[in-house]
Amino acid sequence: MPYQNENDGFEVIVVGGGLAGLAAAYILADRGVEVLVLERGDYCGAKNVTGGRIYLNPVREIFSQLLKDAPFERHIAHEEVSLFAASRSLTLRYDGSELGDPPYQSYSVLRAKFDRWLARQAEKKGAMLATKSRVDDVILENGVVKGVRAGGEELRANVVIACDGVLSLVSERAGLRKDIQPQYYAVGIKEVIEMDRKAIENRFNLEGEEGVARLFMGDVTAGMFGGGFLYTNLDSISLGLVVSIKDLLENQREVIVSDLLERFKQRSEVSLLIKGGETVEYSAHVIPEGGFNALNSLYGDGILVAGDAAGFALNIGVTVRGMEYALASGYYAAQTVLHAREKGDYSRATLGLYRQLLEDSFVLKDFKSFRDALSVLNSPRLFQHYPELLGNILRDLYWIPPGPKDRLYSTVRRYLGVREVWQALGDVRRMSKI
Amino acid sequence: MSLTTGLKSKLGLNVFKESSKFHIRIKEGKEKDPRLQKAVLVCPAGLYSQNPEGEVVLSSDGCLECGTCLIACGRELLDWEYPEGGSGVQFRFG
Ligand SMILES: Cc1cc2nc3c(=O)[nH]c(=O)nc-3n(C[C@H](O)[C@H](O)[C@H](O)COP(=O)(O)OP(=O)(O)OC[C@H]3O[C@@H](n4cnc5c(N)ncnc54)[C@H](O)[C@@H]3O)c2cc1C
Ligand code: SF4
Repeated sequence: MPYQNENDGFEVIVVGGGLAGLAAAYILADRGVEVLVLERGDYCGAKNVTGGRIYLNPVREIFSQLLKDAPFERHIAHEEVSLFAASRSLTLRYDGSELGDPPYQSYSVLRAKFDRWLARQAEKKGAMLATKSRVDDVILENGVVKGVRAGGEELRANVVIACDGVLSLVSERAGLRKDIQPQYYAVGIKEVIEMDRKAIENRFNLEGEEGVARLFMGDVTAGMFGGGFLYTNLDSISLGLVVSIKDLLENQREVIVSDLLERFKQRSEVSLLIKGGETVEYSAHVIPEGGFNALNSLYGDGILVAGDAAGFALNIGVTVRGMEYALASGYYAAQTVLHAREKGDYSRATLGLYRQLLEDSFVLKDFKSFRDALSVLNSPRLFQHYPELLGNILRDLYWIPPGPKDRLYSTVRRYLGVREVWQALGDVRRMSKI
Repeated sequence: MSLTTGLKSKLGLNVFKESSKFHIRIKEGKEKDPRLQKAVLVCPAGLYSQNPEGEVVLSSDGCLECGTCLIACGRELLDWEYPEGGSGVQFRFG
């Protein structure tokens, strides 16, 4: 019988009030579905960390009304990428009206503020939110998820949506998770550095609420797979590093991750950017970056999995993307629940629609396009060799010796021998997979 | 400022709420497991260290709940859960 709640519980329980969970709850509540969100933090966002910038184009249509008034920080009108070698760096800046004019493609964001706001929007639509509530287990009956256990209580529901982030206990308990493999995960560590609004705008050449996104590759991670990031917020800077956990475990120099961040901050190119600012928070979080091959099962009987819990984050070298996948997968999970509710059937077969919706959307399309990104990008040549090589060439081009200077052509030629060019072509060919 | 004292003072900037018990434990008998020694490298809060007996010990002050040690060492070496609801780190910025 449609609409009837068969087991005296809630219609839907969402575990985790992050982006995926709140997106799902917002859509469901808007359609009059009874939905309970369980969040372990004091408030939504209390446990969440991102770089971060959020790209809006992929989700603008599905959340057209919602995102209009979102409390983002700055729209990103300037992009910079820097290659760091041991004692030098080179930087490329990309900007212009194509980035600086609305509609803006991306914004910097702070999660404690954004998630709390999103939670309020979901509550306004009628979603119930229980914070300080950690889910400890799922209720499994004959392989069917019937609800969750939290704080010694059994909470039953027609369907559970697991949005409990990268370590997702809920999907693990439901038997939907792959074994943990360190090569599929990175750790992100970050400082929020407070700085006067005007000082930020002057230092980074920003007009009004424009922002800059800066990425740093090479020596910042001691050649390990990953990179550094800097995003300007309204009155703070988010500065941090993302590093492959496998590479950290295997690094022969025994580099400690927290030292990497300190060294990054001490680089003259970086210390100038944060000078006069005051660190107000230090955070860290695991990121799933295994891509398509590492995705967990997306649904089972009585359960759907969305956001990081499913593995929906991508590291494509220049950016980590997870937030828009979290929002979109939450949206499609909600659409699937609406369909199942119509049928009065929450079996695996019915919930399989979720995969179809994701296949038809940018979410699984992107994951398929970038399925080889991790193996292609995770090459020491990219993170050590090229930054050094480019640095050497630039040094020699800029260098004015006491005697006569070499011709430019022979300077460049010295570094780009047949062997080098041949290997570079090989790298380019490998890159063509992504 | 040395890197370690720098880290301690950075952790001191965060808001932490006490919980009745620490949420991560090294499993008994695993203290000398070589894989556990790697946790020293990956914990962003520097909570793992090796004592003179060669055992890895875990301090409970300032855990960021990032999950890196769990990914690195797995459930074979660690009893790992989140702190109970409403306790542990509460990010004000995120
Ligand atoms: C350093 C760093 C930089 C990043 N940079 C970017 C970026 O620039 N752009 C981008 O798009 N993405 C970025 N990402 C990835 C992005 O932040 C994530 O993909 C995104 O936050 C995932 O959202 P989510 O809702 O799936 O999970 P989360 O935001 O992790 O939310 C999970 C929620 O579940 C709750 N929870 C967990 N377990 C339980 C439980 N047992 N009971 C109750 N509640 C529970 C948590 O408290 C949390 O609120 C970055 C990540 C990191 C760490
Ligand atoms: S969860 Fe993170 S901060 Fe806490 S002990 Fe493990 S690695 Fe360290």
